[in-house]
Amino acid sequence: MPDTASAVGAPAGRREGPQKVAGAARYAAEHTPEGCAYAWPVPATVARGTVASVDTTAALEVSGVIEVLTHLNAPRLEEPDDATLAVLQDARVPHRGWYVALVVADTLEAAREGAAAVRVTYDSEPHDVTLKADHPDAHVPEDEDGTSGEHTRGDAEDAFAAAPARVDVSYRVPPLHNHPMEPHAATAHWQDGRLTAHDSSQGATTVRDVLAGLFALPEEQVTVVSEHVGGGFGSKGTPRPHVVLAAMAARMTERPVKLVLPRRHLPAVVGHRSPTLHRVRLGAKEDGTLTSVIHEVTAHTSRVKEFVETAAAATRVMYPSPHARTTHRVVPLDVPSPSWMRAPGEAPGMYALESAMDELAVNLGIDPIELRLRNDTRTEPDSSKPFSSRHLAECLREGARLFGWSERDPRPRSRSEGPVLVGSGVASATYPVVVAPSRASAHAYPDGSFVVRVNATDIGTGARTVLAQVAADALRVPLESVRTDIGSSDLPDAPLAGGSSGTASWGWAVHEACTRLASRLAGQQGQQLPPEGVGATADTEGTADADSDYARHAFGAHFAEVGVDTVSGEVRVRRLLGVYAAGRILNSRTARSQFIGAMTMGLGMALTEGSTMDAAFGDFTEADLAAYHVPAHADVPAIEAHWIDEDDPHLNPMGSKGIGEIGIVGTAAAIGNALHHATGRRLRELPLTPDRVLTGGL
Amino acid sequence: MKPFRYVRAYSVEEATTAHAGRANSRYLGGGTNLVDLMKLGVERPERLIDVSRLPLDAVEELPDGSVRAGATVRNSDLAAHPLVRERYPVLSRALLAGASGQLRNVATTGGNLLQRTRCPYFQDLGKPCNKREPGTGCGARDGVHRDHAVLGHSRLCIATHPSDMAVALAALDARVELQGVRGRRTLPVTEFHRLPGDRPDVDTEIEPGELITGVLLPAATAGLPSAYRKARDRASYAFALASVAVVLDIEDSVVRQARIAFGGLAHRPWRARHAERALQGGAPSDEAFRQAVDAELSAAEPLRDNSFKVRLARNLACDVLRRLAGPASAS
Repeated sequence: MPDTASAVGAPAGRREGPQKVAGAARYAAEHTPEGCAYAWPVPATVARGTVASVDTTAALEVSGVIEVLTHLNAPRLEEPDDATLAVLQDARVPHRGWYVALVVADTLEAAREGAAAVRVTYDSEPHDVTLKADHPDAHVPEDEDGTSGEHTRGDAEDAFAAAPARVDVSYRVPPLHNHPMEPHAATAHWQDGRLTAHDSSQGATTVRDVLAGLFALPEEQVTVVSEHVGGGFGSKGTPRPHVVLAAMAARMTERPVKLVLPRRHLPAVVGHRSPTLHRVRLGAKEDGTLTSVIHEVTAHTSRVKEFVETAAAATRVMYPSPHARTTHRVVPLDVPSPSWMRAPGEAPGMYALESAMDELAVNLGIDPIELRLRNDTRTEPDSSKPFSSRHLAECLREGARLFGWSERDPRPRSRSEGPVLVGSGVASATYPVVVAPSRASAHAYPDGSFVVRVNATDIGTGARTVLAQVAADALRVPLESVRTDIGSSDLPDAPLAGGSSGTASWGWAVHEACTRLASRLAGQQGQQLPPEGVGATADTEGTADADSDYARHAFGAHFAEVGVDTVSGEVRVRRLLGVYAAGRILNSRTARSQFIGAMTMGLGMALTEGSTMDAAFGDFTEADLAAYHVPAHADVPAIEAHWIDEDDPHLNPMGSKGIGEIGIVGTAAAIGNALHHATGRRLRELPLTPDRVLTGGL
Repeated sequence: MKPFRYVRAYSVEEATTAHAGRANSRYLGGGTNLVDLMKLGVERPERLIDVSRLPLDAVEELPDGSVRAGATVRNSDLAAHPLVRERYPVLSRALLAGASGQLRNVATTGGNLLQRTRCPYFQDLGKPCNKREPGTGCGARDGVHRDHAVLGHSRLCIATHPSDMAVALAALDARVELQGVRGRRTLPVTEFHRLPGDRPDVDTEIEPGELITGVLLPAATAGLPSAYRKARDRASYAFALASVAVVLDIEDSVVRQARIAFGGLAHRPWRARHAERALQGGAPSDEAFRQAVDAELSAAEPLRDNSFKVRLARNLACDVLRRLAGPASAS
């Protein structure tokens, strides 16, 4: 079978692409069971307190309104692990925007009008939403996952004090918001005690498990479908309140209920990237060899749950130094609950570390690429484990070649075009290899077709397609003969599309099921298959999650060229280039899309994105896509993603590392470093908007 | 949402009669702002009079050499019209600097002038706003106000007018043509929008029921060198942090007249009369431009977090003046 061995790696087009382009692919809100009602939530308008009274009289008088759920009448839920899901269970208001009521009506319009008519009074309390590094409540969290606390090697303070070259700087990354194109939405339907929910989620198995727990049902009584998902970037990684509310409302009204969250509610209820305050101290010898690395991060969390933006974690992976301390501190405030956003921890952390490395390079007069090469290592600094593969140096060198780095005059402010100062910068990237156990099945049918089943989620990345590629190679059959069924919790259980782990986790199980099926078929050579086909299953529990003797991470390098307008203070990226070493690339087309998508998000983090916590009201001021500036097409210039083929036997049967997040890691640092090269000024707070550039002393 | 009556008008008279000056009637143009505000609950009209099909969609030259752009001409069409591109390039530039391609294809000339501030406190019913609900206070003054006014604001309101188009019209000495039940009148664009003062709820001088039927671009500013420059947080689809429209008339190395208007700084396009007077009759030079613009901006009263706007506006204005003056401007 000559032309089937190469399915993996080929630039196969996304299988659902034509459906999406034609508008035929149906998302969670596009399922409308007969008799479907519509819900609209009511957010709290105080930052801290309790609901004193809810008057639903006027709302219930609105024509078409069926029911108003409040903490007084909503169905009781079992206690969730994630307290943000305990919606309408008590009168407590932990932050502004917390839902205090839900109006259900025959039409969306009536639900909305009803929500506006709900009268809520509060016993409000003084609130505190301001993150400060010296906040009295700042504390080092429990290091339950081995990441979120403090790690030390040697005596970092003394070594820093003794270092001949020192950088001691602070950076600030503002709150950032995931804002997927498709807002969070769910349609829930109860029938004969069974709950079916169409949910916009990154992982329907988890949503199924959580809903079953909340409503005290056996898992078999719940089906969650996430067939097509319009992005999530972490904000749909676990169930969010909308799907719980839809299920509660549907149970209470005995009608299917659809709930689509308004865009303006997302910042308060679906998670955000916590702002992070960084202090980075680097001590080095004259030749640039690091002797001490201290990275201290302060982030906020809500009163509802403790979420830690683990922004110092990547510093434990990047550069060796005999002495190091990496510390997370978290401050509980009366703010919405932060959560995952693309490369949680790594994205803000590597902005700080890689900016500080650039500052050290400039101070020492060493080329920033050379400085990183001098601090390369074969073993992970914090764990002392050998890397399964680490081609950071190759990424830096290849990127330098492709970008034309050797032509760069290292002197700041050395290049201008009229009033525009031009500069370039570089930063490293890294993201851990994450993989979780999954199940999958594979079937062969008499007509020569194959079907792979796994509850994977395609959040726009091409999961259907790449899993078919993995299956085709394992079965040694043409790609076209393999169908992939994903996106329903009735399929074999699978972990979420998140942590850059989806393809590795699902693909491992698919590969195993297909390998078993292939050997079973080999044993039946020549025999006609029964009409129901022949199948095989796999469960990677115990193998995919087994401890490794190796430290497994992807690495990369980002290069940016910026133009800084000295008249307007506007910074625009002119070129952005990334080179990645992320194991074997399974689909060159969809991989490139993921890389440049994440690089674009990194560009936004550097130049345009960020929200402001309003101290008086306790909410994020920039609530819609007119005010929260994701990059527009005009902001995204020549953008290139390249990769180095890695042959790493310590990963998974496909030899792949995750690629969904590394593109956003370090990108903002490369752009900030380019700004410094262009202007000679170091700005240490993102985003690099004209107000900051103008007042930063152009 | 609140139910409303929808009336489609096919003539100006039909439209003004249907509106009848009722407080809860609104004219609907492209709807790119009004419909958003209805979704937010900021606008809750009882009656919408759709004027987008009125026969006001022409851009035409009048016998006196001026150009009339009808109120329903879409922003994209106005920007692309040969009369505008040739005679009033600053207007084309300003229009194309605004919003996004999709919005410009729908937004109308009249609606653009009547769009409301994008102040986040104005848009949020859960917060105080003297513009939306007089007497409730201003959330922005001590809140998040980087994007707010530095000129002409009042104790009650620090909002800015978001239009780019209006800034160019102000610099061009354009007039707004209005039709009310009592008749027809015109107003200079510079006097059409108000400063907030003690009535921030009133954006413009329009009378109840009056309909914008068009804008008049005078012959006097046709063909003069002109330019628009806008600074913003991203390269497209963002409101101005500051912007400037300049129409510069130089003859024999003497400034006959400079017309300068700022956007993003005030509750209305800010015509820089002090700067203009300072430049009139003098020789164009970088120093003269700087002094004139500084004189204008010395009236600025920046808030806690937006003093950068003064410097930004000065930079933009000096840059545009210098470029328009070309070799005539000595440095």
